[in-house]
Amino acid sequence: MSASGLDVVTPDQGAPDEELHGLAAVYRRALINVKSGNLGVLPIVLGLVFIVVFFSFKATNFFTGNNFDNIIVQMAGDAMLAFGVVFVLLLGEIDLSISYVAGIGALVVAELQLPGSGHQINGLLAMVAAVVVCALIGAAQGSIVAFVGVPSFVVTLAGFMIWQGVILQKLEQPGSIIIQDRWINYTASYYFSNIAGWLIAGIITAVYALTVLGGVLGKRRAGVAIGRPWLVAAKLVGIAGAAFGTVAISNHAQVPHGLPLAGVLVVFFLVVLTFLAKRTTFGRHVYAVGGNAEAARRAGINVPRIRILVFMISSAMAAVGGIILAANVNSVDLNFGGGTLLLNAIAAAVIGGVSLFGGRGEVRAAFLGALVIATVSNGLNTAGYATGIIYMVTGVILLFAVTLDTIARRLQVRSGR
Amino acid sequence: MNETPLLQLRNITKSFGSVQALSDVDFEVRTGEVMALVGDNGAGKSTLVKCVAGTHSADSGEILFEGEEVHIHGPKDAANLGIEVVYQDLALCDNLDVVQNMYLGRETHDWLQRLKEPIMEQKTAETLKSLAVTTINSVRQPVATLSGGQRQSVAVAKAVQWNSKLVILDEPTAALGVAQTEQVLALVRRLAEQGLAVVIISHNLHDVFETATRITVLRLGRNVGVYERARTTQEEVVHAITAGVPTKVSGIPGTAHTGATA
Repeated sequence: MSASGLDVVTPDQGAPDEELHGLAAVYRRALINVKSGNLGVLPIVLGLVFIVVFFSFKATNFFTGNNFDNIIVQMAGDAMLAFGVVFVLLLGEIDLSISYVAGIGALVVAELQLPGSGHQINGLLAMVAAVVVCALIGAAQGSIVAFVGVPSFVVTLAGFMIWQGVILQKLEQPGSIIIQDRWINYTASYYFSNIAGWLIAGIITAVYALTVLGGVLGKRRAGVAIGRPWLVAAKLVGIAGAAFGTVAISNHAQVPHGLPLAGVLVVFFLVVLTFLAKRTTFGRHVYAVGGNAEAARRAGINVPRIRILVFMISSAMAAVGGIILAANVNSVDLNFGGGTLLLNAIAAAVIGGVSLFGGRGEVRAAFLGALVIATVSNGLNTAGYATGIIYMVTGVILLFAVTLDTIARRLQVRSGR
Repeated sequence: MNETPLLQLRNITKSFGSVQALSDVDFEVRTGEVMALVGDNGAGKSTLVKCVAGTHSADSGEILFEGEEVHIHGPKDAANLGIEVVYQDLALCDNLDVVQNMYLGRETHDWLQRLKEPIMEQKTAETLKSLAVTTINSVRQPVATLSGGQRQSVAVAKAVQWNSKLVILDEPTAALGVAQTEQVLALVRRLAEQGLAVVIISHNLHDVFETATRITVLRLGRNVGVYERARTTQEEVVHAITAGVPTKVSGIPGTAHTGATA
């Protein structure tokens, strides 16, 4: 697969200058990027590699198939919430309600799959229903922000309390609801066979390669300059390496064995939401509203509509995350949605480089940020550190990432004048 | 000068509560000319423009576009007629690149709402080239990294690329350096040469005399007169702005004033 991927970009590698000064070009581009405040994914990917190497030496049972599967399943729920947060942050808004909206999603699913409750429905339908219910919650919260003009901080803080209250009220009697439906539980506990894992890695690589190819051909047709071919090739190799590498490690896991479905779901939403954000008019308008809402309004963009849709995405993704988190423990209890869920989701997006002031950031940031948080937490845990240490280290990483980003931003302003 | 003006305003009146912002104001601009709209603070320039842009609607009076009466109730109506306004605060998104700003709100897309980036990039490059905006290195650089003059050029290019017939520029050179001002003024002249009608609102008479074909002076929400640049002086215009007698004779602007066009 990776071989065919290389073929895809070979035509461009003949471009003058680029290949000749490979290393010099890498350096120059990196310098330009840093100067223009665009650090890209390189720092966080390097950080992630460092973390993995560090804990591999620190804890003997860290670099194992089983533990990698653990990390994937642990990050999946947080990552889903973080994906939704990215859109809200892109608008320059905040959504504090997601953790308990996730709880509502899990509650709806648990309630609808409950045998003998009189309203038991198919697990798949129950999941769809949960996402729809949460999207409606998002629509309500978003409408108050968009039409009435109440700050999103306040609206979603109210939501935080209200939905927590609903969960407590609803689960007061039973204390918790056990989830027995196998479809729902599969979201956190289904593992693909070896062959299926390889196939999925192949599909991911192929889809990425085809997207790249499509982009290059489109640009060529329009006679527009094509970006650096070696970088495109490097990214493709990187994606292929990550996909096949993950499957290789997962396939070495003992029990449970193979690539977890949760990881595939994360990649699926990563791809779909990245497409939405970067390749569609809707995504473009989200960035525009986050950058300059007045300019967006004057350009004829329906700003309230964008705001409401973004809060719907945020709540819907919270529901998806909530389902996976509930499936991971096969139940929903009184404490669901509490703890560090909310702050981890927001921290994941911010560590990945999403600005809190709107207009800057990408969906993949949430993916990488969630991966960093899950890996650090897992690594410290495996190495025998207490929860307190885990929180402290996560906090330091958050501070470090944002400081780096802020410095990069200041450099950008200076280079622009 | 027998041709019908592209845009004609007749007896436009607008008040905000008890404040009479415009009373019986007439205004016109022809294709291929730069009409300057000048006046002191509170003279009604911005209000007049907003009536044309659809931000406000006039209390009374009529708007004729290409000789026919039109009703402009919103920015969309104005855009549909081919009227574009470049506002003082630019209305660009700093976080988006030049192409993304040029197509903001009017992106080229397919049935899946997928953006057609290569086409937009190519057309943006063409538009900038046709306006001789050559100082921008890459149409893929974020607007945040552009200089004030470049940003203004992008804002103007954005306004004219939609087959617009009339471009209204609100203080286009405010907050620009000398070289950048020249760059923008040259662009304004080029627009008129390319057959657009241009209205430029400015406090800066130097800019006005550099670009305008004719100059409409407002004072206290009333017409003072319309001057031809070639036949007037800065002193006369300054006098009109600060002490001009508001005139209004039989619906033709400036007839009562010496030095004005007939």
